[in-house]
Amino acid sequence: MATNASTFVRQSMLEAKPAPSNQTGASHWIRTRLFATPKDIVLTVLALALIAYIVPGMINWLFIDAVWSGTDRTACATVIQGGVLPDGQSGACWAFVEAKFQQFMFGRYPADERWRPILVAILFAILLVPMLIPKAPFKGWNALALFIILPFVSFFLLSGGFGLPHVETPLWGGLMVTLILSFFGITVSLPLGIILALGRRSNMPVIKTICVVFIEVIRGIPLISVLFMASVMLPLFLPDGWTFDKLLRALIGVSLFASAYMAEVVRGGLQAIPKGQFEGADSLGLSYWQKMRLIILPQAIKLVIPGIVNTFIGLFKDTSLVSIIGMFDLLGIVVLNQSDANWSTPVTPITGYVFAGFVFWLFCFGMSRYSAFMERHLDTGHRH
Amino acid sequence: MAGMALNSDTPTTSKKASSLINDPKARGIFYQVLTLALLVLFVWTVTQNTIHNLQKANIASGFGFLNGRAGFDIGQSMIAYNSDSTYGRALIVGILNTLQVAVIGIITASILGFLIGIARLSRNWLIAKLAEIYVEVFRNIPPLLVIFFWYKGVISALPQARESLELPFSSYLNNRGLFLPKPVFGDGISLVLLALAVGIIATVIMARWAKRRQMRTGQPFHTVLVGLALILGLPILAFLAIGAPLSFDYPVAGRFNLTGGTVVAPEFMSLYLALSFYTAAFIAEIVRAGIRAVPKGQTEAANALGVRGADVTRLIVLPQALRIIIPPLTSQYLNLTKNSSLAVAVGFADVMAVGGTMLNQTGQAVEIVAIWVVIYLSISVTTAVFMNWFNARMALVER
Repeated sequence: MATNASTFVRQSMLEAKPAPSNQTGASHWIRTRLFATPKDIVLTVLALALIAYIVPGMINWLFIDAVWSGTDRTACATVIQGGVLPDGQSGACWAFVEAKFQQFMFGRYPADERWRPILVAILFAILLVPMLIPKAPFKGWNALALFIILPFVSFFLLSGGFGLPHVETPLWGGLMVTLILSFFGITVSLPLGIILALGRRSNMPVIKTICVVFIEVIRGIPLISVLFMASVMLPLFLPDGWTFDKLLRALIGVSLFASAYMAEVVRGGLQAIPKGQFEGADSLGLSYWQKMRLIILPQAIKLVIPGIVNTFIGLFKDTSLVSIIGMFDLLGIVVLNQSDANWSTPVTPITGYVFAGFVFWLFCFGMSRYSAFMERHLDTGHRH
Repeated sequence: MAGMALNSDTPTTSKKASSLINDPKARGIFYQVLTLALLVLFVWTVTQNTIHNLQKANIASGFGFLNGRAGFDIGQSMIAYNSDSTYGRALIVGILNTLQVAVIGIITASILGFLIGIARLSRNWLIAKLAEIYVEVFRNIPPLLVIFFWYKGVISALPQARESLELPFSSYLNNRGLFLPKPVFGDGISLVLLALAVGIIATVIMARWAKRRQMRTGQPFHTVLVGLALILGLPILAFLAIGAPLSFDYPVAGRFNLTGGTVVAPEFMSLYLALSFYTAAFIAEIVRAGIRAVPKGQTEAANALGVRGADVTRLIVLPQALRIIIPPLTSQYLNLTKNSSLAVAVGFADVMAVGGTMLNQTGQAVEIVAIWVVIYLSISVTTAVFMNWFNARMALVER
């Protein structure tokens, strides 16, 4: 009864006091993140100097001094180079990219038929977007349409047949070829890599040896030598009268190359699965393939998603090497167009590279961000 | 009874037959024999086709062509070479060029990568952000594009020889490359090399002694400083003692070009810069991951024991981080070496480019591809063996 009278005990909680003003806000952030120690001050000043040195010039070159429209090289060349710009001005020649944009996308694909690659791109996007959204339904049918049906449909749409005029593959080019190569490479290399990884972990000596030799040889040599092999040796391996399309040869080379790397990534995942999972599956009476399909691979693949996406990104970047064996992917067509006398100015090459680099960067960065999202989404909290 | 025996007999045989099908061992053998047979059939068909195709094209197989006259020039060569040399020698020039750009590239990429990786972990927001931008830009761009960017975008956009950019130490930079003073060594320079060798050997012996002493008494020794003094000091002393027999051949601006000095060709420079910048981004990520993987408790425990500042990094964090860093670092070194084959795109005469020229001239596709594979595989295997040895030395010894 008397306890109620203890007036000096507070009955309600006090509101938390705000942090001291020097512990919050912008000033605190600047003090701790930019000027914490003398060393930090020096580093910050140096970094600011670097930014001040590079960024204004870059913005100038990319946007302010850049030429945005024009019909030929005179728009981007200075007076001394035979153009209209005042001497000493140097900026990106976006007019060049604008004029060649169709080529950069489709290569030398006939202008009247360009609706076909556009249609393929639209179909691809329609099928890909629900595939990437984890909550979208009908994943199985979607995958079937994307990975099995779409390639055949696109092949006939792009190369012709069924009443459409035939367009030979040497005319294909630009971003279209880059995307075809990487999509095909990704679609083939993941299953092939899984099979190779399983083969390498197999206890059948013959199969294991074949897989190990294949993986290690491919991983030991550069992609260019694989592409050279595909372009100069494959014709030797075939019987008389058989010819392989150049694009197909590149597709085979790129896919085999990526599958060896994929196999090593998947093997890492397989090795991380505890032995108990294998034994548990065995004790349930599952067959080898059931065990792998239902128990092991879902866990293993989930573990190595970052590695798989890294391989995809590597594959996407590596497709640029086909320009060395004379195909015109995005980089190849940019390089080809630089020798166009109509557009030859000192800034044309670098503009082309900045454009191509930006497109490559966009795709690769997108892939890496998506993989980070998937990693978080699939994280079931079993990580140790 | 007899009937029963008869009855029980039949199931036994059928059970045997079915158990052979279900026996994993038997099935394993069957699959392997099948795979082997398919492989042999495949190889046999391919060989037959190749022999037939080669006969049709009148190409003699074998490596005899390596003794033939090459007939093409190579811009940059570490050994004496001209167009009258043999194909074999051209190939050696190519191998040396590959190794040269790979080794220099690996050193630069490592230094750059470690700096950027550490910068990404900096508490300084600006430094960390700059490093992150660098990594995200270079990781997501094809190396070939970076090479082209340097070659056609930057170096060929440099001023012409007459308007060369002057750099310190009488060096010049123009669109024909980087012109550096060429050191000309006088007599007795071999003494300096000898002093260098002595310095290195003395350092190794000193390091072993210092380590043993520290193990015995716990007293540390300034191994790094004394080692540096030995390795650098001895040759400098020897150099001064014999009267500094070194002069420089400076590049001199002529009417159209610079003469004298030594030239770093644009092809080499763009390849080297591109490979270093590109690989540094990957090394930076590896270094960052390695350092982050060392538990914070290690630093705290070191602080609790009274180890301070840079010593924590040097003695506690870095050795543990290196264990995590080395295996992926090895594969980055191998990637750089393999990516040096992109030289073929700018015409730097590495083993891939030389081989490609030979392939065009002789048509010996099978042999040249085999040479490529053997060379790159042996570089890979050698690096892997060395790095595995290094890794084994660094690995955690569990007691």
